[in-house]
Amino acid sequence: MSEKKDGLFARADEVLSLFRQGAEFTHELLRENERLRRQVAAFEDQQLAASDDRQWEKLRRELLARIHSLEGEKQDVLERLRTVEAENRHFAERYLEIEEENNNLASLYVASYQLHSTLDLSEVLQIIVEIVINLIGAEIFAIYVLDEKTNAISPVAAEGRAVRDFPGFEFGAGAVGRALATGETCCAEQLASDDPSRPIVVIPLRVQERPIGAIAISKLLQQKESFTALDHELFTLLAGHAATAIFAARLYSQSERKRNTIQGFIDLLTK
Amino acid sequence: MARKRILITEDSPTMRQLLVFALKRLKEVEIVEASDGMDGLRKVTSDHFDLALIDINMPVMDGLKLISLIRGEESLKEMPIIVITTEGAKEDRERALALGADEYLTKPIQANRVLQVAKSLLKIE
Repeated sequence: MSEKKDGLFARADEVLSLFRQGAEFTHELLRENERLRRQVAAFEDQQLAASDDRQWEKLRRELLARIHSLEGEKQDVLERLRTVEAENRHFAERYLEIEEENNNLASLYVASYQLHSTLDLSEVLQIIVEIVINLIGAEIFAIYVLDEKTNAISPVAAEGRAVRDFPGFEFGAGAVGRALATGETCCAEQLASDDPSRPIVVIPLRVQERPIGAIAISKLLQQKESFTALDHELFTLLAGHAATAIFAARLYSQSERKRNTIQGFIDLLTK
Repeated sequence: MARKRILITEDSPTMRQLLVFALKRLKEVEIVEASDGMDGLRKVTSDHFDLALIDINMPVMDGLKLISLIRGEESLKEMPIIVITTEGAKEDRERALALGADEYLTKPIQANRVLQVAKSLLKIE
Protein backbone atom coordinates (compact mmCIF):
# COMPACT_ATOMS: atom_id res chain seq x y z
CA MET A 1 0.00 0.00 0.00
CA SER A 2 2.85 2.32 1.01
CA GLU A 3 4.81 1.51 -2.19
CA LYS A 4 1.76 2.39 -4.28
CA LYS A 5 1.49 5.72 -2.41
CA ASP A 6 5.20 6.53 -3.02
CA GLY A 7 4.78 5.74 -6.72
CA LEU A 8 1.85 8.12 -6.93
CA PHE A 9 3.80 10.94 -5.23
CA ALA A 10 6.75 10.42 -7.59
CA ARG A 11 4.44 10.58 -10.58
CA ALA A 12 2.83 13.77 -9.20
CA ASP A 13 6.32 15.35 -8.79
CA GLU A 14 7.18 14.49 -12.39
CA VAL A 15 3.94 16.08 -13.65
CA LEU A 16 4.61 19.21 -11.52
CA SER A 17 8.16 19.45 -12.84
CA LEU A 18 6.93 19.16 -16.40
CA PHE A 19 4.33 21.83 -15.68
CA ARG A 20 7.01 24.18 -14.26
CA GLN A 21 9.21 23.68 -17.30
CA GLY A 22 6.23 24.44 -19.51
CA ALA A 23 5.51 27.62 -17.52
CA GLU A 24 9.13 28.80 -17.84
CA PHE A 25 9.10 28.08 -21.55
CA THR A 26 5.89 30.09 -21.90
CA HIS A 27 7.46 33.05 -20.02
CA GLU A 28 10.48 32.93 -22.29
CA LEU A 29 8.25 32.93 -25.33
CA LEU A 30 6.36 35.94 -23.97
CA ARG A 31 9.61 37.86 -23.33
CA GLU A 32 10.88 37.05 -26.83
CA ASN A 33 7.55 38.14 -28.26
CA GLU A 34 7.76 41.47 -26.43
CA ARG A 35 11.33 42.04 -27.70
CA LEU A 36 10.29 41.34 -31.25
CA ARG A 37 7.27 43.66 -30.92
CA ARG A 38 9.60 46.51 -29.84
CA GLN A 39 11.89 45.82 -32.76
CA VAL A 40 8.99 45.84 -35.19
CA ALA A 41 7.69 49.13 -33.69
CA ALA A 42 11.14 50.76 -34.01
CA PHE A 43 11.44 49.44 -37.55
CA GLU A 44 7.99 50.82 -38.40
CA ASP A 45 8.98 54.24 -36.96
CA GLN A 46 12.10 54.26 -39.14
CA GLN A 47 10.05 53.16 -42.17
CA LEU A 48 7.55 55.91 -41.47
CA ALA A 49 10.31 58.48 -41.01
CA ALA A 50 11.98 57.37 -44.22
CA SER A 51 8.78 57.77 -46.17
CA ASP A 52 7.58 60.96 -44.48
CA ASP A 53 9.81 64.11 -44.55
CA ARG A 54 8.14 65.61 -41.49
CA GLN A 55 8.63 62.45 -39.50
CA TRP A 56 12.21 62.24 -40.77
CA GLU A 57 12.88 65.84 -39.70
CA LYS A 58 11.35 65.14 -36.28
CA LEU A 59 13.54 62.06 -35.85
CA ARG A 60 16.61 64.00 -37.01
CA ARG A 61 15.92 66.81 -34.53
CA GLU A 62 15.43 64.31 -31.73
CA LEU A 63 18.72 62.62 -32.59
CA LEU A 64 20.55 65.96 -32.79
CA ALA A 65 19.12 67.01 -29.43
CA ARG A 66 20.25 63.68 -27.97
CA ILE A 67 23.75 64.14 -29.44
CA HIS A 68 23.88 67.68 -28.04
CA SER A 69 22.80 66.48 -24.62
CA LEU A 70 25.38 63.65 -24.69
CA GLU A 71 28.10 66.13 -25.74
CA GLY A 72 27.15 68.30 -22.76
CA GLU A 73 27.31 65.30 -20.45
CA LYS A 74 30.71 64.34 -21.92
CA GLN A 75 32.05 67.87 -21.28
CA ASP A 76 30.69 67.72 -17.77
CA VAL A 77 32.36 64.35 -17.12
CA LEU A 78 35.65 65.59 -18.63
CA GLU A 79 35.52 68.69 -16.44
CA ARG A 80 34.94 66.54 -13.35
CA LEU A 81 37.79 64.26 -14.40
CA ARG A 82 40.11 67.28 -14.71
CA THR A 83 39.03 68.50 -11.26
CA VAL A 84 39.63 65.06 -9.72
CA GLU A 85 43.04 64.82 -11.44
CA ALA A 86 44.00 68.27 -10.13
CA GLU A 87 42.87 67.24 -6.65
CA ASN A 88 44.91 64.02 -6.90
CA ARG A 89 47.98 66.00 -7.94
CA HIS A 90 47.42 68.38 -5.04
CA PHE A 91 47.07 65.46 -2.59
CA ALA A 92 50.21 63.78 -4.00
CA GLU A 93 52.19 67.01 -3.59
CA ARG A 94 50.79 67.52 -0.10
CA TYR A 95 51.66 63.92 0.78
CA LEU A 96 55.27 64.48 -0.32
CA GLU A 97 55.43 67.71 1.69
CA ILE A 98 54.10 65.93 4.78
CA GLU A 99 56.56 63.05 4.22
CA GLU A 100 59.43 65.54 4.08
CA GLU A 101 58.12 67.35 7.13
CA ASN A 102 57.92 64.03 9.01
CA ASN A 103 61.49 63.14 8.04
CA ASN A 104 62.72 66.57 9.10
CA LEU A 105 60.88 66.30 12.42
CA ALA A 106 62.41 62.86 12.97
CA SER A 107 65.91 64.30 12.36
CA LEU A 108 65.25 67.20 14.74
CA TYR A 109 63.81 64.86 17.38
CA VAL A 110 66.80 62.51 17.16
CA ALA A 111 69.26 65.41 17.35
CA SER A 112 67.59 66.94 20.38
CA TYR A 113 67.10 63.53 22.07
CA GLN A 114 70.78 62.67 21.63
CA LEU A 115 72.01 66.10 22.81
CA HIS A 116 70.19 65.76 26.10
CA SER A 117 70.97 62.08 26.64
CA THR A 118 74.13 62.69 28.69
CA LEU A 119 75.77 65.09 31.17
CA ASP A 120 79.31 64.11 30.21
CA LEU A 121 80.95 67.02 28.34
CA SER A 122 83.09 64.83 26.06
CA GLU A 123 80.01 62.77 25.12
CA VAL A 124 78.01 65.93 24.44
CA LEU A 125 80.79 67.19 22.16
CA GLN A 126 80.90 63.79 20.40
CA ILE A 127 77.13 63.92 19.84
CA ILE A 128 77.39 67.42 18.36
CA VAL A 129 80.13 66.14 16.02
CA GLU A 130 77.89 63.22 14.96
CA ILE A 131 74.94 65.52 14.30
CA VAL A 132 77.02 67.91 12.22
CA ILE A 133 78.52 65.05 10.15
CA ASN A 134 75.49 62.80 9.77
CA LEU A 135 72.56 65.20 9.69
CA ILE A 136 74.09 68.34 8.19
CA GLY A 137 76.78 66.64 6.08
CA ALA A 138 79.87 68.63 7.08
CA GLU A 139 83.37 67.31 6.45
CA ILE A 140 85.59 69.89 8.19
CA PHE A 141 84.41 71.80 11.25
CA ALA A 142 85.22 72.69 14.84
CA ILE A 143 83.28 73.23 18.04
CA TYR A 144 84.38 76.27 20.04
CA VAL A 145 83.80 77.10 23.69
CA LEU A 146 83.97 80.57 25.24
CA ASP A 147 86.02 81.18 28.38
CA GLU A 148 83.97 83.85 30.13
CA LYS A 149 86.90 85.03 32.25
CA THR A 150 89.34 85.66 29.41
CA ASN A 151 86.83 86.16 26.54
CA ALA A 152 88.85 83.64 24.53
CA ILE A 153 86.96 81.32 22.18
CA SER A 154 88.91 78.08 21.74
CA PRO A 155 88.30 74.96 19.66
CA VAL A 156 87.56 71.91 21.85
CA ALA A 157 86.53 69.33 19.28
CA ALA A 158 87.01 69.06 15.52
CA GLU A 159 86.45 66.84 12.53
CA GLY A 160 88.42 66.70 9.27
CA ARG A 161 91.44 68.41 10.85
CA ALA A 162 93.19 68.35 14.22
CA VAL A 163 91.79 70.68 16.90
CA ARG A 164 95.10 72.59 16.97
CA ASP A 165 94.69 73.43 13.25
CA PHE A 166 91.68 75.61 14.04
CA PRO A 167 92.45 79.17 15.20
CA GLY A 168 91.17 80.68 18.43
CA PHE A 169 89.10 83.89 18.46
CA GLU A 170 88.39 86.78 20.78
CA PHE A 171 84.77 87.40 21.77
CA GLY A 172 83.43 89.99 19.28
CA ALA A 173 86.34 89.61 16.84
CA GLY A 174 86.79 87.43 13.78
CA ALA A 175 84.07 85.36 12.09
CA VAL A 176 83.37 83.19 15.14
CA GLY A 177 83.76 85.96 17.74
CA ARG A 178 81.38 88.29 15.90
CA ALA A 179 78.72 85.59 15.35
CA LEU A 180 78.85 84.67 19.04
CA ALA A 181 78.58 88.32 20.09
CA THR A 182 75.59 89.04 17.83
CA GLY A 183 73.95 85.65 18.28
CA GLU A 184 73.25 85.40 14.57
CA THR A 185 74.08 82.36 12.45
CA CYS A 186 76.38 83.25 9.53
CA CYS A 187 75.94 81.21 6.38
CA ALA A 188 78.06 81.93 3.29
CA GLU A 189 77.14 81.05 -0.30
CA GLN A 190 80.14 78.80 -1.00
CA LEU A 191 80.34 75.17 0.22
CA ALA A 192 84.03 75.15 1.24
CA SER A 193 86.69 77.46 2.65
CA ASP A 194 90.39 76.60 2.86
CA ASP A 195 90.92 79.22 5.55
CA PRO A 196 89.70 77.90 8.95
CA SER A 197 89.54 81.47 10.26
CA ARG A 198 86.86 82.21 7.64
CA PRO A 199 84.36 79.33 7.96
CA ILE A 200 81.37 79.02 5.62
CA VAL A 201 78.90 78.60 8.50
CA VAL A 202 79.11 79.82 12.09
CA ILE A 203 76.39 78.72 14.50
CA PRO A 204 76.59 80.66 17.76
CA LEU A 205 75.67 78.58 20.81
CA ARG A 206 73.80 80.58 23.42
CA VAL A 207 71.65 79.81 26.43
CA GLN A 208 69.10 82.62 26.37
CA GLU A 209 71.45 85.62 25.93
CA ARG A 210 74.47 83.97 27.51
CA PRO A 211 77.16 83.04 24.93
CA ILE A 212 78.54 79.51 25.35
CA GLY A 213 80.47 78.71 22.18
CA ALA A 214 80.07 78.14 18.46
CA ILE A 215 80.19 75.58 15.69
CA ALA A 216 82.27 76.67 12.69
CA ILE A 217 81.92 74.65 9.47
CA SER A 218 84.68 75.02 6.87
CA LYS A 219 83.71 72.37 4.33
CA LEU A 220 80.75 70.20 3.43
CA LEU A 221 80.88 66.58 2.25
CA GLN A 222 81.48 66.35 -1.50
CA GLN A 223 78.01 64.92 -2.17
CA LYS A 224 76.33 67.80 -0.30
CA GLU A 225 75.42 70.34 -2.97
CA SER A 226 73.57 72.99 -1.00
CA PHE A 227 71.95 73.79 2.32
CA THR A 228 68.37 72.62 2.73
CA ALA A 229 65.51 73.87 4.86
CA LEU A 230 66.31 71.08 7.33
CA ASP A 231 69.91 72.34 7.64
CA HIS A 232 68.65 75.75 8.73
CA GLU A 233 66.28 74.08 11.22
CA LEU A 234 69.24 72.10 12.56
CA PHE A 235 71.33 75.27 12.87
CA THR A 236 68.58 76.77 15.02
CA LEU A 237 68.20 73.59 17.06
CA LEU A 238 71.94 73.32 17.64
CA ALA A 239 72.20 77.02 18.55
CA GLY A 240 69.87 76.44 21.49
CA HIS A 241 70.05 72.75 22.41
CA ALA A 242 73.78 72.16 21.90
CA ALA A 243 74.42 75.26 24.01
CA THR A 244 72.14 74.00 26.78
CA ALA A 245 73.73 70.54 26.64
CA ILE A 246 77.27 71.96 26.89
CA PHE A 247 76.22 74.37 29.65
CA ALA A 248 74.52 71.60 31.66
CA ALA A 249 77.45 69.21 31.22
CA ARG A 250 79.94 71.87 32.39
CA LEU A 251 77.80 72.75 35.40
CA TYR A 252 77.42 69.09 36.26
CA SER A 253 81.17 68.50 35.97
CA GLN A 254 81.87 71.57 38.21
CA SER A 255 79.33 70.46 40.79
CA GLU A 256 80.78 66.94 40.77
CA ARG A 257 84.26 68.38 41.39
CA LYS A 258 82.95 70.54 44.24
CA ARG A 259 81.05 67.61 45.71
CA ASN A 260 84.19 65.45 45.63
CA THR A 261 86.24 68.21 47.28
CA ILE A 262 83.65 68.71 50.03
CA GLN A 263 83.39 64.94 50.48
CA GLY A 264 87.19 64.83 50.80
CA PHE A 265 87.10 67.49 53.56
CA ILE A 266 84.30 65.67 55.36
CA ASP A 267 86.20 62.39 55.15
CA LEU A 268 89.32 64.14 56.48
CA LEU A 269 87.45 65.72 59.39
CA THR A 270 85.52 62.60 60.38
CA LYS A 271 88.46 60.17 60.26
CA MET B 1 53.50 37.86 5.87
CA ALA B 2 56.59 36.84 7.85
CA ARG B 3 58.36 39.55 9.83
CA LYS B 4 61.41 40.91 8.01
CA ARG B 5 64.54 41.24 10.13
CA ILE B 6 66.91 44.15 9.54
CA LEU B 7 70.38 44.60 11.02
CA ILE B 8 71.80 48.13 11.37
CA THR B 9 75.56 48.20 11.89
CA GLU B 10 76.57 51.79 12.65
CA ASP B 11 78.80 53.24 15.37
CA SER B 12 76.95 56.55 15.69
CA PRO B 13 73.95 56.28 18.08
CA THR B 14 72.44 59.34 16.37
CA MET B 15 72.49 57.66 12.97
CA ARG B 16 71.25 54.38 14.41
CA GLN B 17 68.29 56.11 16.02
CA LEU B 18 67.49 57.96 12.81
CA LEU B 19 67.67 54.76 10.74
CA VAL B 20 65.46 52.94 13.23
CA PHE B 21 62.97 55.81 12.97
CA ALA B 22 62.94 55.57 9.18
CA LEU B 23 62.74 51.77 8.97
CA LYS B 24 60.08 51.41 11.66
CA ARG B 25 57.66 52.88 9.17
CA LEU B 26 57.82 49.56 7.34
CA LYS B 27 55.20 47.31 8.86
CA GLU B 28 56.15 43.90 10.19
CA VAL B 29 59.88 44.49 10.62
CA GLU B 30 62.20 43.69 13.47
CA ILE B 31 65.28 45.89 13.76
CA VAL B 32 68.49 44.80 15.49
CA GLU B 33 71.35 47.25 16.12
CA ALA B 34 75.10 46.66 16.17
CA SER B 35 77.60 49.34 17.22
CA ASP B 36 80.68 48.23 15.25
CA GLY B 37 81.77 45.80 12.56
CA MET B 38 82.65 42.97 14.95
CA ASP B 39 79.32 43.29 16.76
CA GLY B 40 77.60 43.28 13.37
CA LEU B 41 79.47 40.14 12.26
CA ARG B 42 78.55 38.35 15.49
CA LYS B 43 74.89 39.17 15.07
CA VAL B 44 74.64 38.48 11.34
CA THR B 45 76.28 35.06 11.63
CA SER B 46 74.27 33.93 14.63
CA ASP B 47 70.79 34.84 13.38
CA HIS B 48 68.80 35.25 10.19
CA PHE B 49 68.44 38.72 8.63
CA ASP B 50 66.62 39.81 5.48
CA LEU B 51 68.58 43.05 5.09
CA ALA B 52 71.71 44.68 6.51
CA LEU B 53 72.56 48.39 6.63
CA ILE B 54 76.28 48.91 7.14
CA ASP B 55 78.33 52.03 7.81
CA ILE B 56 81.87 52.13 6.35
CA ASN B 57 83.87 54.06 8.95
CA MET B 58 83.51 52.15 12.20
CA PRO B 59 85.82 51.20 15.05
CA VAL B 60 87.05 47.62 15.68
CA MET B 61 86.13 46.44 12.17
CA ASP B 62 85.18 48.71 9.28
CA GLY B 63 82.18 48.21 7.03
CA LEU B 64 84.12 47.07 3.96
CA LYS B 65 85.78 44.27 5.93
CA LEU B 66 82.38 43.29 7.33
CA ILE B 67 80.85 43.15 3.82
CA SER B 68 83.67 40.96 2.49
CA LEU B 69 83.29 38.56 5.46
CA ILE B 70 79.52 38.42 4.99
CA ARG B 71 79.87 37.64 1.28
CA GLY B 72 82.43 34.94 2.17
CA GLU B 73 79.74 33.07 4.10
CA GLU B 74 77.77 30.78 1.82
CA SER B 75 74.50 31.30 3.73
CA LEU B 76 74.78 35.12 3.57
CA LYS B 77 75.67 35.53 -0.11
CA GLU B 78 72.10 36.52 -1.05
CA MET B 79 71.33 38.82 1.91
CA PRO B 80 70.86 42.38 0.57
CA ILE B 81 73.29 44.98 1.93
CA ILE B 82 72.87 48.77 1.95
CA VAL B 83 75.99 50.82 2.62
CA ILE B 84 75.43 54.12 4.44
CA THR B 85 78.49 56.33 4.51
CA THR B 86 79.98 59.80 4.42
CA GLU B 87 82.34 58.71 1.61
CA GLY B 88 80.87 60.13 -1.58
CA ALA B 89 83.75 59.44 -3.97
CA LYS B 90 83.05 57.28 -7.04
CA GLU B 91 85.88 54.86 -6.23
CA ASP B 92 84.52 54.28 -2.68
CA ARG B 93 81.15 53.45 -4.14
CA GLU B 94 82.64 51.09 -6.72
CA ARG B 95 84.77 49.34 -4.08
CA ALA B 96 81.75 48.71 -1.84
CA LEU B 97 79.60 47.48 -4.72
CA ALA B 98 82.44 45.22 -5.96
CA LEU B 99 82.67 43.67 -2.49
CA GLY B 100 79.00 42.74 -2.69
CA ALA B 101 76.95 45.69 -1.43
CA ASP B 102 73.61 46.09 -3.22
CA GLU B 103 73.06 49.81 -2.64
CA TYR B 104 75.28 52.72 -1.66
CA LEU B 105 73.72 55.70 0.12
CA THR B 106 75.70 58.73 1.22
CA LYS B 107 75.20 60.90 4.30
CA PRO B 108 73.45 63.09 5.16
CA ILE B 109 70.80 60.47 4.59
CA GLN B 110 67.24 61.13 3.54
CA ALA B 111 64.88 58.91 5.48
CA ASN B 112 62.50 58.44 2.55
CA ARG B 113 65.36 57.32 0.27
CA VAL B 114 66.46 54.71 2.86
CA LEU B 115 62.87 53.56 3.15
CA GLN B 116 62.44 53.32 -0.61
CA VAL B 117 65.66 51.30 -1.09
CA ALA B 118 64.86 49.01 1.87
CA LYS B 119 61.37 48.35 0.50
CA SER B 120 62.77 47.49 -2.90
CA LEU B 121 65.42 45.11 -1.53
CA LEU B 122 62.96 43.48 0.86
CA LYS B 123 60.44 43.25 -1.98
CA ILE B 124 57.77 45.01 0.08
CA GLU B 125 54.97 46.90 -1.70
